[in-house]
Amino acid sequence: MNTIGKQVRLGLNGDEAVAYAAYHADVDVISAYPITPQTIIVERLSEFVYNGELDAEFIAVESEHSALSAAVGASLAGARTFTATASQGLALMYEILYIASSLRTSIVMALGNRAFSAPINIHCSHDDAYAARDAGWIQFFAENVQEAYDLTLIAFKVSEDKKVLFPSIVNLDGFILTHSVEPLTIFEDKKEIKEFLPDREAVNKIDPSNPITYGPLALPDYYMEIKKQQAEAFNSTPARIKEVFSEYEEFSGRSYSPLKKLYVDDADIVFVVLGSTAGTMRTMVKKWRKNGEKVGVLSLTLYRPFPSREVAEALKDVDTIVVMDRSYSFGSPGGQLYMDVAAALNKYGRYNRLINAIYGLGGRDFTPEMAEDMLHATKDPSIREIWVGVRG
Amino acid sequence: MSRIRRLNEIPREELFTSGHSLCAGCGIPPMVKMALKAIDGDKVVVNATCCLEVATTLYPHTSWLVPWVHNAFENAAATASGIESAMKVLLRKRDGKKYKIIVFGGDGGTFDIGLQSLSGALERGHNFLYVCYDNEAYMNTGIQRSGGTPLGAATTTSPAGRVIPGKPENKKNLMDIVIAHRVPYAATINPAYPTDMWNKFAKASEFLDKNEGPIFFHYYSPCPVGWRMDTSLSIEAARLAVQTRLWPVYEVDHGKIVINIRVNKPKPIEEYLKIQGRFRHLLKPENKEVVERLKRYIESNWNRLLKLAELGSIY
Repeated sequence: MNTIGKQVRLGLNGDEAVAYAAYHADVDVISAYPITPQTIIVERLSEFVYNGELDAEFIAVESEHSALSAAVGASLAGARTFTATASQGLALMYEILYIASSLRTSIVMALGNRAFSAPINIHCSHDDAYAARDAGWIQFFAENVQEAYDLTLIAFKVSEDKKVLFPSIVNLDGFILTHSVEPLTIFEDKKEIKEFLPDREAVNKIDPSNPITYGPLALPDYYMEIKKQQAEAFNSTPARIKEVFSEYEEFSGRSYSPLKKLYVDDADIVFVVLGSTAGTMRTMVKKWRKNGEKVGVLSLTLYRPFPSREVAEALKDVDTIVVMDRSYSFGSPGGQLYMDVAAALNKYGRYNRLINAIYGLGGRDFTPEMAEDMLHATKDPSIREIWVGVRG
Repeated sequence: MSRIRRLNEIPREELFTSGHSLCAGCGIPPMVKMALKAIDGDKVVVNATCCLEVATTLYPHTSWLVPWVHNAFENAAATASGIESAMKVLLRKRDGKKYKIIVFGGDGGTFDIGLQSLSGALERGHNFLYVCYDNEAYMNTGIQRSGGTPLGAATTTSPAGRVIPGKPENKKNLMDIVIAHRVPYAATINPAYPTDMWNKFAKASEFLDKNEGPIFFHYYSPCPVGWRMDTSLSIEAARLAVQTRLWPVYEVDHGKIVINIRVNKPKPIEEYLKIQGRFRHLLKPENKEVVERLKRYIESNWNRLLKLAELGSIY
């Protein structure tokens, strides 16, 4: 395929790939606080800035709360703005997540997915991504290091688009992607990406010649209309996201879509999954297919806005759907992704058999044996929830 | 903007318009109006969640004729850090404009919940002016005690109870905390001394022009509702606060402390206490010890300041 930007092949871990993407995006302001497993991202970006390779302001804030607060200010002031965090850091940002979306900022955040305390744990769960799900941020999930790089560039283009103007999170599984070196293709230099991602042209930015009141008080007489408008705007973003996916494919040769399907169309059993485990499941499903099992995998690159129609369309005729959650929603009818899939199917009049598989919490390895356990569970009609790979 | 000697030298053009819902006698509007006039050129205001924020931006109305940003309660200094950083990089890289950044926060948003983000921003040295308007309690939520509430004051969370007569602790010394960051310029300002206040804003404006931030102002902001006094007494209370040596008016210019309003013959603190309902219980004989504690606090604070002012520089 003829692509536009000049690219090189090299080996990077997920954090470095994200840092390169922010560097290639020629980001203006980075506002971040160190937290494992995203720290390498901000370390690399600091090197780019301190070595004069990237002309940006690096605000080494005193907390994640301030990281996002400063990012809101920077984005409103018209800067291309980046931050990165994980787990507890995302939890500390929580208050400002909603404000960043509601003020229609264009911040891009990399989230090195990590479990919430307690007990404290630095490894992968999707607790943090799920915690941000209702806040009005577009969320992408990377399956590998290549996707972490590509989706970060895509996120800038999407979030800054005048038809979008919502912040984005790029999720990458803690350690599994953040710290694993994989081969990938990146643009040779930031100038190679300028055509896809020109300098930000901010609308309604802070400008003394056009004084705007950002973040006023709105009481019951207006608040609900403002939220309805925000909802309509947010729910309309997938159309533009898909266009950006196409533009990026033209530019890079790499293709993206809101969801990825393998053998879903004729499957009796489909596994729905987010993040790096999609690759493991694809390997397993290919193996099971050879044994005659009619199985498939559906993974989501776009998690928010949730592609409800596409998910329901893909799964509507599947007998058994195993929804895999790398988190637990205490007291809920099921895991967070499980509830999304169930609600999406219900919305389009489908009531398939759903099994919720809780896996990989706090970085517990997800092994082929655990995948076999899930497949085995589908054979028992009484099973609706399983914790895979757990003792006792 | 140039220094003034008389109030009639202040320009009439307002950037903070009428129609807001701040209370009669509130100390905030005269300070904000003055700040927006004395800080010349293009400017942007960042506002913490507080009385000023809710009373001036009730959607779809606004009192602000300058760009105004409200993010949340505890993060005004961090928000200003982001704006200032964006301004700097966009001036270098693209078609950015230069403007001065003024932050307003109350005592709750500055002494308490916003202290960390303020400290971070001061340490990083962003070029902005932070004004803490201190009405000595969480007035926006209904008069709860803050770290800025003085000893003995009755608030809704430190009431004048039968056992505990008002707030048992002294006020936190915010200026000391700020000065510990070695900011280029910090000052206390008071509405009873408007020319001093104007001239300090004018000086701040010059420092901001020279990228010599951060600058911090601690403003005495009378609150007739929270202090339970007549709305006509705001300026009287502000003047008595200075004349009793409770609220020294001073500045720290690159480490040099200058007491701007000398108080050679201080008035008795009782004169200040008796006009405010929040302190009235202290004048009962059984609360004499609280007043004595307050007097000792005032004296040690004032003497310490005099000694610091004698030093060439405290930095």
